[in-house]
Amino acid sequence: MLIIDNLHARVAGKGILKGLSLAVKAGEVHAIMGPNGAGKSTLGYVLAGREGYEVTAGTVTYDGTDLLALAPEDRATAGVFLAFQYPVEIPGVNNTYFLRTALNAQRKRRGEAELDSMQFLKLVRERLKVMQLSPDLLNRAVNEGFSGGEKKRNEIFQMAVLEPRLAILDETDSGLDIDALKLVADGVNALRAADRAFIVVTHYQRLLDYIVPDFVHVLADGRIVESGDRTLALKLEEHGYAWVAGRQPAAGAA
Amino acid sequence: MSNAFAAAVGDAAGATLSRLPGAGVAWLDAARHAHLSAFLRDGLPSTRSEAWKYTSLRALEQRAFALGDVDAATRSVETRMLALSGVDGPQLVFVNGMFRADLSRLDDLPAGLQLQSLAAALILDADSLREAFGTATTDAFDRLNATLAGDGVVLRVMPGVRIAAPVRLVFLGAPAAVDLAWHARALIVLGEGSELVLVEQHGDAGAHAHLGTLVSDIRLQRGARLHWNVLQEAGPGAVLIRRSAFRLATDAVATLHALELGGALVRHAITAVLEGDRARFITRGVFAPGGRQHLETRLDIRHEARDTASDALWRGVANDRGRGVLHGAITVAAGADGSDARLDNKNLLLSAQAEIDTQPVLEIHADAVKAGHGATVGQLDERVLFYLRSRGLPLEQARALLTSAFCRVALDRLDPAPLREHFAARLARHLPRLAGDSEA
Repeated sequence: MLIIDNLHARVAGKGILKGLSLAVKAGEVHAIMGPNGAGKSTLGYVLAGREGYEVTAGTVTYDGTDLLALAPEDRATAGVFLAFQYPVEIPGVNNTYFLRTALNAQRKRRGEAELDSMQFLKLVRERLKVMQLSPDLLNRAVNEGFSGGEKKRNEIFQMAVLEPRLAILDETDSGLDIDALKLVADGVNALRAADRAFIVVTHYQRLLDYIVPDFVHVLADGRIVESGDRTLALKLEEHGYAWVAGRQPAAGAA
Repeated sequence: MSNAFAAAVGDAAGATLSRLPGAGVAWLDAARHAHLSAFLRDGLPSTRSEAWKYTSLRALEQRAFALGDVDAATRSVETRMLALSGVDGPQLVFVNGMFRADLSRLDDLPAGLQLQSLAAALILDADSLREAFGTATTDAFDRLNATLAGDGVVLRVMPGVRIAAPVRLVFLGAPAAVDLAWHARALIVLGEGSELVLVEQHGDAGAHAHLGTLVSDIRLQRGARLHWNVLQEAGPGAVLIRRSAFRLATDAVATLHALELGGALVRHAITAVLEGDRARFITRGVFAPGGRQHLETRLDIRHEARDTASDALWRGVANDRGRGVLHGAITVAAGADGSDARLDNKNLLLSAQAEIDTQPVLEIHADAVKAGHGATVGQLDERVLFYLRSRGLPLEQARALLTSAFCRVALDRLDPAPLREHFAARLARHLPRLAGDSEA
């Protein structure tokens, strides 16, 4: 589904990703762990197409097409979803209205019929079972005045409604207490499917107790330096990131 | 006077004045001639004049406009243009400044509402309008309007009467062989304890490059309530200069909502004098110039009595080479203790060439006054745009959504609901066109 090959990217003139390679197949969950500054968030932004994140070398192929050539909205329409580490607040834009507009924009571009408000409300009610979210939050402005946990749950709720094929979760666990963490993990697990893949970016092993990955990769200084199964996360937890520091890039990750 | 604009006025005025409604009434002839000579003496103001600092009239000065439209009575207007769902009260329609009875609705006026065209009022009872024409002014367009206004509206609501259905005043520009100038006047009095909803609309029935001026004198007597809603969608070539002067007695409340969307060069000067204790003036609006539009709104609010309140909330959005100006002057006079004055103006620039000038001026000469003002000019947040796009909204739709959210607060309190929805729909229709094709 996704093949990242020798990806180099820089932000504000500074090289962040320095030859990252990764292959993700449908149905898989890949965890990417790494110390601060390793390039974890940059990877998410590059895949989602944020301006200012400049790819200087390498390729990203998604379903056989060049993902990097697509505008952010076209990536979303093709099924790529980024759950933001810091979801933005949008005063004056109602959460439900925003989500319906987004879903219909995607459907329209895919040549599918748009949902009317009744059909959309039905979908929202179904998806609310996946991700418990107070109806009050649905009627507020997007993320405005939401707690940190509510913002992260709102991201997963959006994911449940938009039903992407490739979801990148950027430190979705940061700032969450254990209850909120479980809620978010339950939401993600409910969406695991044979035709859907996840890249779970995290700093801590804790999240992976609840979202059990098929593969774990260690990102350091812009490259994947170690790959393995879920036990790699436990090893990291035990030894710390110093253990992988200075290792050479893993040959052909996953 | 060496410019084309004033020369055209001077050449045509003599003949025009003798056939204006009310001609032959001695005091009116005298007033019109006095205003005319003052205009011809001083001409149009330059940007050296403080009140015209942000709006240059140099291009206008080089243009000549024919006075009045002899064919105004027969210009065709699609009635579809006049539809406003949920609103079917009385309406007066003016085409190129001339009252059109065939398009208006003045039958079965509710009891307690007097409504007629200014031309009719001048012919029937000019003397009752003497005060409105005698007002001293130094403004060039006020003088021009006082000289040449032959039509408009005279509206009175009797004391204690509440008029439920909104009254509409519709000004349409229609194509003509030459560029025309029209001048209209509205004289509005709300009696003690009365209430009225007014809708003032500007639109076009085809491409034209006319100049229109509208001067409105609005008096609210004790405890009267006025909801004034302006939808300005003048044609892309139109020049439109307006003054709305409010005077509010004790406990009177005027609420003005305005959408300034159309026209090439548009200026609306709003003055409000809070003459009686506890009088309140609320104004909210959006100006949204694109292309090369120039839209100026001026607020001049004077608190002259105790415990008076004013609340101004405006949003500006400019794209392309559009220019927006908001001048907001609030004066709290000596003795107007306990007054509360607020001014909030936030602006959004959608292109590198767009410009918005916001100028809050607060002058306080009284005690125990609460006053606050805030004015900002910014751009759409790149992080928010990316967030929306990452969810599948195309860039243009994302820009339009954010721009619309930015403006929404200005219409939140517009009543009644059908009017609010209509205004919101007109704004929603305008903004994507404005936000969509940025040259930046």
